[in-house]
Amino acid sequence: MPANRFNGRSDYGIGIGLRIPHYQHIFAHQPVVGWFEIISENFMVDAGRPLAVLDRILERYRVVQHGVSMYLGSAEPLNREHLRRLKKLVQRTRTPWLTDHLCWGSVDGRYTHDLLPMPYTFEAAEVTARKIREAQEFLEIPIAVENVSSYAEFHMSEMTEWEFLNEVVERADCGILLDVNNIYVSSQNHDFDPYAYVNSVPAERVAQIHIAGHSKFEKYILDTHDHPVIDPVWKLYEHTIGRVGATPTLLEWDDRIPSFSEVYAEAMKATRYLPAPAALAP
Amino acid sequence: MTLLELQRRMAGAMMAPLSAGDHLAAKAPNGRAMRAEVGEIIKPNDRLSPVERLEIYAKSYWYRILDALADDFPGLRAIVGSRAFTKLARAYLTEMPSQSFTLRDLGSRLAGWLEEHPEYAGRNPVLARDMVRLEWAHVEAFDGPAEKVLGPEDLVELNSRMTFHLQPYVTLLELQYPVDDLHVRVSELAEGHSEASNARLRHKERRAVRRFSLQPERIYLAVHRIDEAVYYRRMEAGEFRLLDGLGSGKPMGDAIDSVFEDSTLPLEELRGNIEGWFSAWSELGWFCRARGESS
Repeated sequence: MPANRFNGRSDYGIGIGLRIPHYQHIFAHQPVVGWFEIISENFMVDAGRPLAVLDRILERYRVVQHGVSMYLGSAEPLNREHLRRLKKLVQRTRTPWLTDHLCWGSVDGRYTHDLLPMPYTFEAAEVTARKIREAQEFLEIPIAVENVSSYAEFHMSEMTEWEFLNEVVERADCGILLDVNNIYVSSQNHDFDPYAYVNSVPAERVAQIHIAGHSKFEKYILDTHDHPVIDPVWKLYEHTIGRVGATPTLLEWDDRIPSFSEVYAEAMKATRYLPAPAALAP
Repeated sequence: MTLLELQRRMAGAMMAPLSAGDHLAAKAPNGRAMRAEVGEIIKPNDRLSPVERLEIYAKSYWYRILDALADDFPGLRAIVGSRAFTKLARAYLTEMPSQSFTLRDLGSRLAGWLEEHPEYAGRNPVLARDMVRLEWAHVEAFDGPAEKVLGPEDLVELNSRMTFHLQPYVTLLELQYPVDDLHVRVSELAEGHSEASNARLRHKERRAVRRFSLQPERIYLAVHRIDEAVYYRRMEAGEFRLLDGLGSGKPMGDAIDSVFEDSTLPLEELRGNIEGWFSAWSELGWFCRARGESS
């Protein structure tokens, strides 16, 4: 895979999210997997089983950290305790790059544990970019921010979502974790052209791509990560790869998780759209 | 509107308790009609009103934290029953929203909160409170920090003024009910049930709770871990008091003296017991340096 400065100049191929129901299979069968993505917060603990499992994984596999609660878009300052724990984990996993979401989720010290959408304003872009720069400086590792699925739009927004993403990453000089499924979900919920989104993204900043399944309801689509990837998302992925080049790609499957083999097979479908050498093996 | 103001108003609206039927409450926390409050922040589209759009987030917020709390306190849920547990959890999480980046800490204040709100603790508040303390100790034991274990080199200057520290992942509990056995029973029932038989599982849980409610028994427990697995270790009263004294910083001599003062056992027997306890604690690696103390 082509490397860039936002993914640590690494050449990772297709990865799979490390999830508890698969631990037994992974340890028993040691499948060949290019890399595992871990949810950082699940391992930002002091000791015990989570870290013991992680150490076993690290003996054999490459790991990339994906966070869900840095809340780079929250107006409040970064949580220093969170950053300290995150850095300790970065030192343990030696992740070449680290990702979290372009969202907010806490205010006045209260946490929603959700990935809430940003108002697309210049003030929000500046606040978010400043926090990304601070985090990058503290963690001493490239950070890539992920576009989230959203179900609400704000009156106060001054630009489109993709313009906001560009504004933030340029100001922060950081990478992008482009979630193709999230673009599709939001495009359906907010009636925009997902291809216009992909076409506007600075290709040289895309460090990683996420693909996933979702659930369709009568009036909106929910990003549930509990289904296979649907064809329109694969098509958008194909278009994205055509535009940004072969990029480390991760299949997310977080709910109603099927067997490891099924998740693996679904992830491997991405190879259809990647140039030949971009295979799974490290 | 600033970013901070938008985030305060949106969080206030989505974190407010849901109404019956799990809809957004009629009023926002600032007293305004929810429709007006949310309408000022969120745009409608051709399918959803601002309130309906925010409701997607509000439901997701409440379902996520309610599920997380239920996962960590299955014993409490069995004791008070599913519906009462949901009421309890909604009240607790409304009053004590998460202050941590991790859901792991969601129940950290539940034991204290339940002391102040016995009206949520069901028919047997003592049993419920005992279970909450056990289940929170379980969370702490699962991934709590471990300090360097005291070795022979730390004990060369052993004397009666020496103080010890207990491993942070060890919690000592004096309880009025054998909730350790009840917790094990509830876990066994949950492991053996299929999704299709939820009602049967609740019935079996209620039966187990009834049985344990009728059998109060003071127990002394250490909740700890060995090789990444959590264990509940029952102790005698003397063993518990000595360890509790040592863990709270009492010099070794004073802690041992108090065991001798309280005991009616023959001297030799008690001395043998103490030796045995120290031997077991050392083997378990429960004594450690204070955090950050170098060797």
